[in-house]
Amino acid sequence: MSLDLTPVWLTLKLATLTTAVLLVVGTPLAWWLSQTRSRLKQIVATLVALPLVLPPTVLGFYLLLLLGPHGPIGALTERLGLGTLPFTFAGLVVGSVLYSLPFMVQPVHNAFEAIGQRPLEVAATLRASPLARFLDVALPLALPGLLTGAVLAFAHTVGEFGVILMIGGNIPGETKVLSVAIYDHVESLEWAQAHWLAGGMVLFSFLVVLMMNLLGQRMRRIGHG
Amino acid sequence: MSTPLRSLTAAALLLGATTLAQAEEVRVAVAANFTAAMKEIATAFEQATGHSTRISYGSTGKLYTQIVNGAPFDVFLAADQRRPALLVEEGRASAPFTYAIGELALWSADPALITDGAALLESGAFERLAIANPKTAPYGAAAMEVLESLGLAETLAPKLVRGDNIAQTYQFVATGNAELGFVALAQIALDPSGSRWTVEPSHYRPIRQDAVLLDGAGSNPAAQALLDYLQDEAARAVITRYGYATD
Repeated sequence: MSLDLTPVWLTLKLATLTTAVLLVVGTPLAWWLSQTRSRLKQIVATLVALPLVLPPTVLGFYLLLLLGPHGPIGALTERLGLGTLPFTFAGLVVGSVLYSLPFMVQPVHNAFEAIGQRPLEVAATLRASPLARFLDVALPLALPGLLTGAVLAFAHTVGEFGVILMIGGNIPGETKVLSVAIYDHVESLEWAQAHWLAGGMVLFSFLVVLMMNLLGQRMRRIGHG
Repeated sequence: MSTPLRSLTAAALLLGATTLAQAEEVRVAVAANFTAAMKEIATAFEQATGHSTRISYGSTGKLYTQIVNGAPFDVFLAADQRRPALLVEEGRASAPFTYAIGELALWSADPALITDGAALLESGAFERLAIANPKTAPYGAAAMEVLESLGLAETLAPKLVRGDNIAQTYQFVATGNAELGFVALAQIALDPSGSRWTVEPSHYRPIRQDAVLLDGAGSNPAAQALLDYLQDEAARAVITRYGYATD
């Protein structure tokens, strides 16, 4: 039995990049949600939460149409000389960012809300600029939330399947991630390979959830202490 | 209960029992390339026999795995001979026969793209070529045979995108996400859009598609009726119209 580990590395690369993009995009978004009094707040919060309830096929379907050569985003990326995104690793990153967005934004949003206005007001009286209040007060206090969001987004991306099956095209080394490789092995009756990869996923998921639980317990203890 | 009402109930029960005995439901697993033809055949079959059908479409490999693992199907229309033969060998099915012989086509949604298919493949003047997953879909395996026969399997490998089955492959090409792809001729036989090259049969082994009666059917008369119907003139006419050959 030969076990090709390329899908494992590809999946880790995808999850790492997706988490990094989500930290950069999701944190400011969560901050805005926690601070704004705009009437748009509930609309934006709902949009962010949508991937939680939508079937991945809905996301995959619209991504395929939007990012394809006849879609507005596809036309734009083609005009920019980037080609179209479906069937590319970059396309998977775009899909994964959307798919895992709520897993990053919601814990971070909750963490920002939990800080309350008081520490920020105190910082303001000490003449901290809005940016300094965000960077020096809010971010350090919300660190557990950021960590939770990052771990959840990473794990959720590793577990992604439907969206990738629809926009990936099953290209080895480019879009054939772990979940698709397992699916392929099962379909081809290569159950030994399927067992290695699937068993590894069970172990990985167990460790992630265990880590989250331990982390949560520790944070609560610090909170009480 | 008054007598007329009682006899009415009895009549209703009797009627229900007879319709149950006559009209059964047949659960069919169908290879994705045969989707369009099967829909037409199923409608005609239902009208002709009064039986009903419940059809699942997918790649032959996927359906085979599901059957091996106890999926509730009565009849399996595969896109190859290998999986039906395996099922017969394993004692899970019986009575295989070839219901259609499929052909492969290179197809593009762009009406101007394909003039000479082999030359176009040779030039490599495209970004993406869609095929069905060769591991699970016989039309994907046939597509790989064509590329190997043309000596292009290695040079074109970086441009290949694989659909989960031939239906997804068709979708990749139809949406323009892949400029061209190897699909089943049956998928485009009745649709003149785009441009196409019907691959010369010398480039790949004939795609003989076998049907089998699965053991799960038990004594379901609708299952055998469907297999009989598939060999009937009416069904064969539909099958030929979709670009398949028959024995």
